[in-house]
Amino acid sequence: MARLGLALGLGFLWLPVLLLAGYAFSESRIPFQWGGFSLRWFAALAENERLLEAAWLSLRVALGSATLAVLLGGATGWVLARRGSFRGRALFGVLAGAPLVLPDVVMGLSLLLLFVLLEGATGWPAGRGATTILLAHATIGAAYVVVLAQARLAEMAPELEEAARDLGAGPATAFATITLPLMAPSLAAGWLLAFTLSLDDVVVASFVSGPAGTTLPMVVFSMLRLGLTPEVNALAVVILAVAALGGGLALLALRGLRRL
Amino acid sequence: MRPLLLRALPLALPGLWLALLVAAPLLVVLALAFAWPTESVPPIAPPWGAEGPNIEPFALVLEDPFYHAAFAQAALVAAGTAALCLLLGFPMAIGLARATPAWRLPLLMAVLLPFWTGFLPRLGAWIGLLRDEGWINTLLQSLGLIADPLPLLYSWPALFLGMAHAYLPFAVLPLYASLSRRDPAVEEAAADLGATPWAVFRTITLPLAAPGAAAAFLLVFIPAMGEYVIPELLGPPGAQLVGRVLWQEFFQNRDWPVAAALAVLLLLALLLPILLFQRLEARR
Amino acid sequence: MPLLSLRALTRRFGQTLALDRLDLDVAAGEFLTLLGGSGSGKSTLLRVVAGFETADSGAVLLEGRDLSGVPPHARPLNMMFQSYALFPHMNVAANVAYGLRRDGVPRAERDARVGQALAMVGLEGFGGRLPHRLSGGQRQRVALARALVKRPRLLLLDEPLGALDANLRERTGFELRALQRETGAAFIMVTHDQQEALALADRVAVLEHGRVVQLGPPRAVYDRPATRFVAQFLGAANVLEGRPDGAGGFDCPGLGATLRPEGALPPGTAACALRPERIALRPLAEGPNSAEGVVEEVAFRGDDSLLLVRAGGGALLRVGHAEEDGAPPPRGATVRLGWEAASVVPLAG
Repeated sequence: MARLGLALGLGFLWLPVLLLAGYAFSESRIPFQWGGFSLRWFAALAENERLLEAAWLSLRVALGSATLAVLLGGATGWVLARRGSFRGRALFGVLAGAPLVLPDVVMGLSLLLLFVLLEGATGWPAGRGATTILLAHATIGAAYVVVLAQARLAEMAPELEEAARDLGAGPATAFATITLPLMAPSLAAGWLLAFTLSLDDVVVASFVSGPAGTTLPMVVFSMLRLGLTPEVNALAVVILAVAALGGGLALLALRGLRRL
Repeated sequence: MRPLLLRALPLALPGLWLALLVAAPLLVVLALAFAWPTESVPPIAPPWGAEGPNIEPFALVLEDPFYHAAFAQAALVAAGTAALCLLLGFPMAIGLARATPAWRLPLLMAVLLPFWTGFLPRLGAWIGLLRDEGWINTLLQSLGLIADPLPLLYSWPALFLGMAHAYLPFAVLPLYASLSRRDPAVEEAAADLGATPWAVFRTITLPLAAPGAAAAFLLVFIPAMGEYVIPELLGPPGAQLVGRVLWQEFFQNRDWPVAAALAVLLLLALLLPILLFQRLEARR
Repeated sequence: MPLLSLRALTRRFGQTLALDRLDLDVAAGEFLTLLGGSGSGKSTLLRVVAGFETADSGAVLLEGRDLSGVPPHARPLNMMFQSYALFPHMNVAANVAYGLRRDGVPRAERDARVGQALAMVGLEGFGGRLPHRLSGGQRQRVALARALVKRPRLLLLDEPLGALDANLRERTGFELRALQRETGAAFIMVTHDQQEALALADRVAVLEHGRVVQLGPPRAVYDRPATRFVAQFLGAANVLEGRPDGAGGFDCPGLGATLRPEGALPPGTAACALRPERIALRPLAEGPNSAEGVVEEVAFRGDDSLLLVRAGGGALLRVGHAEEDGAPPPRGATVRLGWEAASVVPLAG
């Protein structure tokens, strides 16, 4: 019974993805119709300037926002797990968890309104585009990093840091030689998760970007609105491959945690 | 005692981030729900100008049945999606929990990986399957089962299929976690005491999985409530869920204050399920 | 001058006093065990000395120098943690070298000292292993080597044998003792296991409610417990309630007999302790220091048997019965009990 349920569920999850991937290699102009094996749609992708430009922007934003997310989320996770109680700790926790539960439309709209107000008041950020998307994605990604880092620190005995202190390490040295290396796998997993989330996001990016900043998902979304073309099909396969690679690496990083 | 500055320093970066990019936007969206729409760029005049705050956006959203329907539809779709995910996810979670240890991780990855394969590509796949000249219609036609293509895409079933597909892993993981945490001997004990397999399931498995199921339901419900992309790409034109309405107010009508008011009310609507979820998590 | 002096150390956690104006002196090269139940403050004491907790009041003096305000890494003493706290991402050699590296010991000397330390605990050749590839006993040794490699004058050990299984525990205990003699460092070892505390220590300090209730050589503490708590905690003595009879004896209604200690009964005696193994199944003298009872339970323990004997006055006595004295009486038998005057220990509190 349960085995059948599992098989059906996995089929439901995988079948559309696998069909999509398979038909991307079809010669036919009509998506999801087999016209013989061909890579022509991938070739067409490589010539689409608009797509390539959007992909380049997405990549830069994803790299930057994932890195920033690890910095912010790692520091916040450490504060929540290791700083004991301080005034405002509860508020810290609630705010750090907020991006996880806020709907994308609310996240996007509220960040956009903030950027607009900030620009009106201070002149920064001048216009919206890569920077604003990066900050928005870093905020969302950081919330996930907080969870991963905090969980890792929670299962890591505080005695390890105390032992380092006892053996002559100052607080900064103990952090650098013990805490940080032990947090590293969770931070790596967090980076990959933030990277994937950034590459996947269309709603928040649409809100906080300006005319100059069109990310790859925004292009794909507008193409999908008009229906599926073989080009989108091929593009989807590329995204799928990149995202699956990132996801696989993140899982491996999390598995690495268990050995430590 | 270390100096105060040294103790406060590690708090600076997280504090700055949370204040500027999490707390401030929420306060701004609340404030600008009382702003005035204008024809200028940006199309908004703040509530602290000469005209004072504008209560029109909230009044409109609270009074107009169109917006009521948007919230009701979103709640129903979110609840329906969550129920669908539980129905599909429960047997999957049991299957995962009963798998041999060697199989467990690969199977878990198989559940997780589609979740990582990009949200839009997966929706693209559904479009390709469901549209008039899509895979399903072509298949049915070539088998001679139907003459004309069925209007599968842009329908409520398509919307629910896409939602369930996107959110299923959210349900499977907490269910699996609560099932695998449990001592497998309790089911054996029930069987030993004379319970039939069905009685074991009804009296032991199901009640023990209840908190996990509640968590799974909420974990799907909360993000599904504000969903925009799936209704837009797969749903019927009549599926005017609150996320979609908010988007249209912002991008098409350029009525930022009404969009902000919708965002605030959507947040308030989600507060109860979020608090419920946190209580469930705290109890575990 | 003592190596370590604790003066009126007080530490409060919310409503509970973990340390209550505790005074203690530890001499150089001494092996001291801190014995107490959970919540007695023994772990807090170690953490205050190591610098992980700050005392609310009182002083920690190491060779006369006040350590308050000195952070853990600057304290010239080391600690071995109950969980061992081995750094999971470093191999054995790197774990042991960690403290030397922090002190900037040059590489050649560091390697030599790590090698010595590992040899000392019998782990030559294990330097390249990661902690999770070691057995529990091996991990314990790495933790010990890591704490000793800096040659501290004072080593704090928090339940160092607690995570080991029973037969490893005895052997490791002897090794600890030998290492302590070899290094000449003073050891302060926290334990809740009375046998361990008695077997290893030069002196035992029994802690209760954040205070040292008795301090002395193991035999003295065992033979002459000062309080009811010490008597019951160490060796589970029979504590017999009653009152002085005014004639040098101690009337115990539960026993239905009079206890007469050697020498005079101190004023204010509230109870007397009587060790199970000091009670014989025959009267040793007529008059006081003998009683009658019915055997309720007989538990065979290998080298002896434990009898639960209901005395005439209703008190339940634990009585040890050595194997060489023949088969113990059966359940339900009426027995006469007797003991030496020297075995009667008057208790104050």
